[in-house]
Amino acid sequence: MKALRYLIIGTFFGIVMYKSEAASWFRIYEMFQFQSIHMYGLMGSALAVGVLLVQFIKKKSLKDINHQPIVIASKEKSIARYLFGGIIFGLGWALAGACPGPMFVLTGAGYLPILIVILGAIAGTWIYGLLKDRLPH
Amino acid sequence: MYMMESIFAPWPWYVSGPLIAFTMFSLLYAGKNFGMSSNLRTLCTICGADKTSDFFRFDWKNQRWNLIVMVGAIIGGFVASRYLSDNQVPDINPKTIDMLRESGFESAVTAYVPAELFGDQAFSSPKTILILLVGGLLVGFGARYAGGCTSGHSISGLSNLQVPSLIATIGFFIGGLLMVHLLFPLIF
Repeated sequence: MKALRYLIIGTFFGIVMYKSEAASWFRIYEMFQFQSIHMYGLMGSALAVGVLLVQFIKKKSLKDINHQPIVIASKEKSIARYLFGGIIFGLGWALAGACPGPMFVLTGAGYLPILIVILGAIAGTWIYGLLKDRLPH
Repeated sequence: MYMMESIFAPWPWYVSGPLIAFTMFSLLYAGKNFGMSSNLRTLCTICGADKTSDFFRFDWKNQRWNLIVMVGAIIGGFVASRYLSDNQVPDINPKTIDMLRESGFESAVTAYVPAELFGDQAFSSPKTILILLVGGLLVGFGARYAGGCTSGHSISGLSNLQVPSLIATIGFFIGGLLMVHLLFPLIF
């Protein structure tokens, strides 16, 4: 399963998350106060480059390392699940100051209370699984 | 020398942003995708959630690669904080610092994350534990409901110009704004 490549990518991602301060509760708060361009610039530049890379993949019909076509899964058409799920996520993102990636990064950085957040995130995922058939999608 | 100083300093957004896009590209090139919240579902299944809902009945072994990425992120946090930084404190807008101080966050100028929430004393404060737990619950529930988090929607989905990801990202921001502007004054 070629574990090493995923470990390297993950470590690289973790370093970038920490050094870029995307994992900082303060930066998330600042972002929602519109008091800095930092997080907007971070996501905006990631997007700008991301769009170009995906266009490149599509134009060249780029194959992945296993010589398979690179396909980005399409998402089901809907509004409810993305809007409601998104808002609920956003509430938590601001409260905890961390989304899933940064939760793990902060664990490695030694902030043990983030484990409580991770516990909550796993529990929240589980609760969704139990309730999903009763929610608008 | 300048290179080392640059690495030790906080990284500018116009460097980090493209590196995040590169992370996404690397995973696509490896035949996978960039989406960290899936790991939360996998962890649920490993803990036995598949006995409680068919949502968790899938072959989680197919997702082992993403768990390894997650472990890498943990290592990355360790390496970055310990070896690539010298007590990195985000250079937050002074206005933000003032607002934070008024809300009781004295550590806004001395720490990467608030000591009030993430310091060791957090474990002995019921209010802090509740805040952290509820924050996590909302992130976990919301990410699964929306079918992705910032990596899956705001970076991957939007890079692919997918409208559902735009809706999700707008939702993320509505939620964050509601929390900070309406709820924080009640909480802190």
